[in-house]
Amino acid sequence: MEPITKITSRLVPLPNENVDTDIIVPARFLKVTDKAGMDQYLFRDWRFDEAGKPLPDFILNQPRAKGAQILLAGRNFGSGSSREHAPWALLAFGFRALLSTSFADIFQGNALKNGLLPVVIPPDVHADLFRQVEKNPNLEVTVELASQTVTLPDGKTVSFPIDNFSKQCLLAGVDQLGYLLKQESHIRAYEQSHPPRVQTTIGS
Amino acid sequence: MAAEKSQTLFEKIWNRHVVVEEPDCPVALYIDLHLVHEVTSPQAFQGLRDQGLRLRQPSKTVATVDHSIPTTDRSLPIADPMAANQIRQLEVNCREFGIPLHGIDSPTQGIVHVIGPELGFTQPGMTIVCGDSHTATHGAFGALAFGIGTTEVQHVLAAQCLLQRKPRSFEVRIDGTLQPGVSAKDIILALIAQIGVGGGVGFVLEYTGSAIRALSMEARMTVCNMSIEAGAKAGMIAPDETTFHYLAGKPYVPQAAAWDDALKQWKQLPSDPGARFDRSVTMDASQLEPMITYGTNPGMGLPVTAPVPSPDSMPDTASQNAVRHALEYMALEPGKPLLGHPIEVVFIGSCTNSRISDLRAAAGILKGRKVSPKLRVLVVPGSQQVKRQAEQEGLPDIFRDAGCEWREPGCSMCIAMNGDELEPGQYSVSTSNRNFEGRQGKGGRTFLASPLTAAASALQGCVADVRTLL
Ligand code: SF4
Repeated sequence: MEPITKITSRLVPLPNENVDTDIIVPARFLKVTDKAGMDQYLFRDWRFDEAGKPLPDFILNQPRAKGAQILLAGRNFGSGSSREHAPWALLAFGFRALLSTSFADIFQGNALKNGLLPVVIPPDVHADLFRQVEKNPNLEVTVELASQTVTLPDGKTVSFPIDNFSKQCLLAGVDQLGYLLKQESHIRAYEQSHPPRVQTTIGS
Repeated sequence: MAAEKSQTLFEKIWNRHVVVEEPDCPVALYIDLHLVHEVTSPQAFQGLRDQGLRLRQPSKTVATVDHSIPTTDRSLPIADPMAANQIRQLEVNCREFGIPLHGIDSPTQGIVHVIGPELGFTQPGMTIVCGDSHTATHGAFGALAFGIGTTEVQHVLAAQCLLQRKPRSFEVRIDGTLQPGVSAKDIILALIAQIGVGGGVGFVLEYTGSAIRALSMEARMTVCNMSIEAGAKAGMIAPDETTFHYLAGKPYVPQAAAWDDALKQWKQLPSDPGARFDRSVTMDASQLEPMITYGTNPGMGLPVTAPVPSPDSMPDTASQNAVRHALEYMALEPGKPLLGHPIEVVFIGSCTNSRISDLRAAAGILKGRKVSPKLRVLVVPGSQQVKRQAEQEGLPDIFRDAGCEWREPGCSMCIAMNGDELEPGQYSVSTSNRNFEGRQGKGGRTFLASPLTAAASALQGCVADVRTLL
């Protein structure tokens, strides 16, 4: 996982609210058994026509999306299924941070575990950014993880929340599993004092 | 000390499963049962291999195939090479890591959220996870059950624990008696319409009240199943005699003295009197009508007799745009009723509504009648066990005589990964849980409803009010 420190990028605006994970990666592409080539599935049905030709009106097909690392998304982004293919695809396309007023739970957890930073900003700032980016497609912001701030085009900053544990993992680019595995003695002690509830292997 | 104070069902389970809690770190929460299926697990098993890790607790892990399997004749080879490969991969992974697999030829195969309860893996007081957002289903038993991503699947495989932050609690109190033709599905669709698809974000819902107590276990599962559609982490219902009666004698529940012991523990689980919730709402079940969705998220729901709303009636620009976009996709006109809107397909199935009582409800409406000609009606039982029970009761003949397809168990047209899908532009009334764009097939348009409404709509070839047929 690549560490996240500071991301300065143009914004790619996608104002739709409640964008669900079936939109981010349609289910028919979930039959993969690895993480390769995920970027081609991202927003598939909004991005490509029946024949697989890019739809020029869709924001990701416009020149401004090329090389951009920050998606400005409508509220409650990532609702729906638990598929981690959604953050994998966003990362594969090149996004490193998402700005919105809220994210769906499972999606947010999945994103954080993969080095994709969900940034919650206040509704007025969010609405204002959409207004500004409409006028100026090259509008840039800077997201800085260490200080938990977004620097807006006018130089003002807003801070965003993130739990310290996820923050440290992202800054260092380390997987959270390492922490869990270090708790071995606690896990063993728990297992010894809590007899199993179920034995799935009986009779198999 | 926490034990002194009144606790909710959720807090009791949470506290019992905390393995370690360090300052500035999330809690390591112990997981009692991990359900695995073919779609969200392959990369997790590969992660174990890449990092040289073992599976910590095979006997707390169980797998089945449901999402990408065909629901046609199982003796034939799987036509889709990617689906076949994914299923084969799960078989390989289960063999390599010693996980019991209720696989494609097993008499206990089925949708993961159907077989967990029916085999008795799901029990009160447990923590249960699955790489699937509808894991909340198992909360109907008074378990803390939630969906996780593939990275977390790997965490549970390796450590039997998950790093979690404590969600807040939300009481959904539903009193009153349901009217004829109104069922558990209508309760949950009405709730999501009320609080919205983001209304439960950050919360665990506990459903309480006399209307919930009156529901069967299967109906309770329907309610809890769709908690995620309100954005909630989980949904739960305190265990009671209905729960214990359902579980008694199931293959994987404790037996004999261990059963008595378990019962004693389970009876301690319900929220204490005076336990506080962070938020609460109430609903009157007696006021509910059969519900249906008109839009492209499960919160866009209506009583079946109501007109499609106008985007202008929404409170803010974002929701106005959302409804406008949805109505465009659904090709619906504001102000017109959905009732009588023509449909091409009816799907009765999914982890929300594919259990025996759902099939009985649909069969009760379809018996001795014929579905509208040209309509395609798929009835997909949730598991092999449900299928066998239905066969014993003669339900397949009722469905076939009415003109429906009776198929093999799986997720089928709920997610349309296996070839069971809508054609672009087609409308369905579906008993599943998601009406997202393209969910039932690219360009397909979904009206979510109960099995009763689905069956009534199948007969009339359009969105129908089942109460006219009772
Ligand atoms: S039936 Fe639908 S919602 Fe349920 S597990 Fe299968 S795909 Fe997911």
